[in-house]
Amino acid sequence: MNIVFVGSRPPQRVNQLIVSSIGDASFLNPILAQDSASSEINSFIFNGLIKYDRDLKGFVGELAESWKVKAGQEPEITFNLRKGVLWHDGKEFTAHDVKFTYDKIMDEKTNTVRRSDYELVKKAEVLDPYTFRVTYKQPFSPGLQTWGMGIIPKHLLEKEDINTTSFNRRPIGTGPFRFVEWASDEKIVLEANPRYFEGRPQLDRIIYRIIPETSLSEMELLTKGIDYYGVSPHQFRRMSEISFLNLYSQPALAYTYIGYNFKNPLFQDKRVRHAFTYAINREEIVQYVLYGLGTVISGPFPSHLWYYNPNVKPLPYDLQKARQLLAEAGWKDTDGDGVLDKDGRPFRFKLITNSGNDVRRDVGVLVQRQLRELGVDVTFETYEWSVFLKSFINAKHFDACILGWALSPDPDDYQIWHSSQIEKGFNFISYRNPEADRLWEEGRREYDVEKRRKIYWRLHELMAEDQPYTFLFSPLGVSALQKKFMLVEEGREGRKTYRPIKMEKAGLLYDLIRWYVPGGPVLEK
Amino acid sequence: MAKFFLRKLFQLFLTLVGISVLSWVVITQAPGSPIALTMDPKVSPQIIEQMMKNYDLDKPIHQQYYLWLKKLFTGKLYSFKDGRPVLEKINERIWNTLLLNLVATIIVFSLAIPLGVFSAKRQYSFLDNLGTFGAYLGISAPGFWLAYLLILGTVELFGYPVLGMRSFVTEDFTTVEMVMDRIWHLMLPSIILAIGGLAGLSRYTRSSMLEVVRQDYVRTAKAKGLPDDHVYYKHALRNALLPIITIFGFLIPDLIGGSIIMESVFAWPGIGRLSYQAVLARDYPVVMTILSISAVLTLVGNFIADILYGIADPRIRYG
Repeated sequence: MNIVFVGSRPPQRVNQLIVSSIGDASFLNPILAQDSASSEINSFIFNGLIKYDRDLKGFVGELAESWKVKAGQEPEITFNLRKGVLWHDGKEFTAHDVKFTYDKIMDEKTNTVRRSDYELVKKAEVLDPYTFRVTYKQPFSPGLQTWGMGIIPKHLLEKEDINTTSFNRRPIGTGPFRFVEWASDEKIVLEANPRYFEGRPQLDRIIYRIIPETSLSEMELLTKGIDYYGVSPHQFRRMSEISFLNLYSQPALAYTYIGYNFKNPLFQDKRVRHAFTYAINREEIVQYVLYGLGTVISGPFPSHLWYYNPNVKPLPYDLQKARQLLAEAGWKDTDGDGVLDKDGRPFRFKLITNSGNDVRRDVGVLVQRQLRELGVDVTFETYEWSVFLKSFINAKHFDACILGWALSPDPDDYQIWHSSQIEKGFNFISYRNPEADRLWEEGRREYDVEKRRKIYWRLHELMAEDQPYTFLFSPLGVSALQKKFMLVEEGREGRKTYRPIKMEKAGLLYDLIRWYVPGGPVLEK
Repeated sequence: MAKFFLRKLFQLFLTLVGISVLSWVVITQAPGSPIALTMDPKVSPQIIEQMMKNYDLDKPIHQQYYLWLKKLFTGKLYSFKDGRPVLEKINERIWNTLLLNLVATIIVFSLAIPLGVFSAKRQYSFLDNLGTFGAYLGISAPGFWLAYLLILGTVELFGYPVLGMRSFVTEDFTTVEMVMDRIWHLMLPSIILAIGGLAGLSRYTRSSMLEVVRQDYVRTAKAKGLPDDHVYYKHALRNALLPIITIFGFLIPDLIGGSIIMESVFAWPGIGRLSYQAVLARDYPVVMTILSISAVLTLVGNFIADILYGIADPRIRYG
C-alpha cells in the first residue's frame, strides 16, 4: 500500500464531461445568478420558454412549443407551452410556474438585476395551464430574448424567501441535467435527466471542477483530469500541440474600444477621431496583446453575427492619412518640439482604464506609443475599478478611456448609444447623433429580423463614419476539448452515427445533450 | 487570581469591540460596492438602488453595524454573494483549513525543535551552517513558486492529479483507498505550508537555545559533570522553549486562518479562499464575520499564552 498504488488509479470514467471553472457558482437559480459559472450550469438544469437558435439569430422553442407575436401599439406574445414536461421532482410544469418566475423577478424584494429586462412589460397572465401571454407597453423586440430566462418551480419556492432559500443550492429544474452535488469551491456534479422532454442526454454526468489557477487547470488537462476548458491566449500555442485535444475558437460577444469624451473640445472634431483610428495599429495590438486571437472590428457589433455589416471595413493603419487629417483640423507642430499644437496649445490628453485588466493595460501602452508617433502626447493611467467608475466615467471627468462591452446576442445597444442615456445611462462619452437616435429607437420597435438587419447595418455605417469610439477588437474565445467526445445521431433502426463536435455561433455546448464518448462507459485504460 | 482573569476578560471584550468597529468602518468605507461590480448596460440604476436598500446598504453606517451584529447573533446573517447563512459557509470551510494547517503544524513542531537544538549544539559546524543556509532558503523562497515546482515534479513523476482535497470521482474507491487518496492530496500542500514555518521555528529554537546555554546554571551543570544530553535536553531546552509559548498563542488563530495563495494554488476549498473571494465581492457579512472570528481566536490565544507562561515559568506572578 503506497502512494504509487493510489496513483495508478485512472482518474475518470469515460462517459462524463469534466469542465473546469475558475470561480465557484453563486446561485443555482437563474433569476438570481449573475456570474458566468452559475449561468452556464443553470442553463443545463433549467429551461427557458425559448432559446436562441444555433446562429444566434432567431429563436427555437424550449418549454414553449410555439409562440406568436401580435404586433401593434401594445404588442402581445402568446406562448403555447409543451405538455407533460416534468420537474426533476416529478411534478408537472405549467404556465403558473412561468407566471411565478416573472412575479418573483418583478418583486422588489428579490435581489435580481434582471428586473430591468422586463420593465416594458405591461402585464403577464396565465390563460390556461399551457398558455401564457405577455403584453408590452410599447413595441420592444429585444424583449423576446428575455423569455429565455430559466423558469423556476412555483410549488417549491412559493413559501420560501427566494434570496436565501436552500433551493438556490439544491436546484430542481426541467433541464437535461439534474443536480446531484455541490461541494463549495471544489465541484458541482450534474447527472442526466432520464425524463428530459427532448430525450435523455447521452452523457451520464457533468462535473464542474473549480480550479482557481489557469496554469494549474492546464496541467489537469494534461493529466486528463479535465475534458473541457477555456484557453487563455498565451496558452493557445502550447495547447494546439497536444495530440488528444481539439481547439475551437469563435469571436466573443464582446469588444474592446477607446471611448472619446465628447465634452472635451479636443474630440469634438470628427477628423481627430478618424485620425486616431488611422494611427492606432489595431492589427499590431491584436498580435501583441492577444497573441493574434482577436478580430479587428469596424463598428459596435461582434463580427460573426447577422447584424454586423460586412461592407463596413475597418480603417487601415495609415499614419500619413492620420497626419493629414490632423493637419486639416488645424493641428501642426509649429514650435518643432515633436508635439502637435493648435492656437499655441499642445495636443495633450490623458487616457485612462481600470487596473487589474492586463489586456487593457497593454493596449494602453501600445496606443500611447502609437499616438506618440503622430505627435500626440498621451499620458496613460489606471485606477481601481470602483474609483474609475465613480470619479471618472460616471462623473464624465476623463479625456479618453479604454473599456470593453460584453454584449447580449440581441443588437439593441440603446443604453450605450442613445442620447437620452447621456444623463443617467451608459452613454458616458456623451455621443449625440439624431439619425442614430432614431435608428436605435426603430431597431427596438421592429420585430422582423430582416428589417432589423437593415437598421443595424445602417447604424453600423453611421458609427464607422462618426468614430465615437475607436473600435479595437473582439477577442476570440478559445475552448479546448478532449478528442474522445463526439456528437451522436440516431440513424435508422437505432443505429448510432458519430460526428465531430462543431463550434456553433451559440457556443460549443449548444448540442451538449447529444455529446457522447464512443466506446464508453467503461473505465479508461 | 480570579480578579486578574475577570479584568483580563473585560479587557479582551473591549478590544474585540474596538477591533470589530474599526474593521467595519474600514471595510464598508473602502471603495467599491457589493452590487453590480461589472458594467452591464442592461441593468438600470434604479435596480441597483433597490438592491442597496434590500441589503440595508442605504442606512447610516452605525445602523449597518448594529444590524450586522443583530443578524449574526440571531442566525439571520446571509452572504450577499450567494444568499447562504454566513456561519454555514464558514463552518464548511474551517475544517478543511484546520486539517491542512494541523498537519503542517505537526510537521513544523516535530521537526523544527529537534533541528534547532541540534544546530545549537553544533554551532558553526558544517551541518549547522547547512541548516542555516537551508533555513534562509526556506524563508526566502516564495511559497507559490515552490508549490508550482513540487506540483510539476509530482505530476511528471506519478502522472496523477494533485489538486484539490481528494480525487473527485471516488465512488469505486474502497475505504482504504479513500483514506490514502486524502493523505495523498494533503501531502504536498502541508509540506509547502510547513517549509516556511519549519525554517523560522528551527532558527528560533536555535537562537533561544544558544542564549540559554551561555547562562551560568548551564555552565554549573556542565561543571558538575552532568552528561551533555542531560544538560541540553533536561535543563537548557525547557528554558529555551519558554518563548515558544508566545508562538503557541498565535498558533490558534493561525490554524484556522487559511493561506490565500496556497489554497488557490492547490485548489483547496479553505477559509483563505473564502475570505479572499468575499473581499473581492465586497461581501461584507462574510468578511466581517471571518475577521471577528480570527480576532476572537487571536485574543483567546494570547490569553492562553499568558496562562501558560504562569504555569511554565515560576518567575511570573499574576497581580
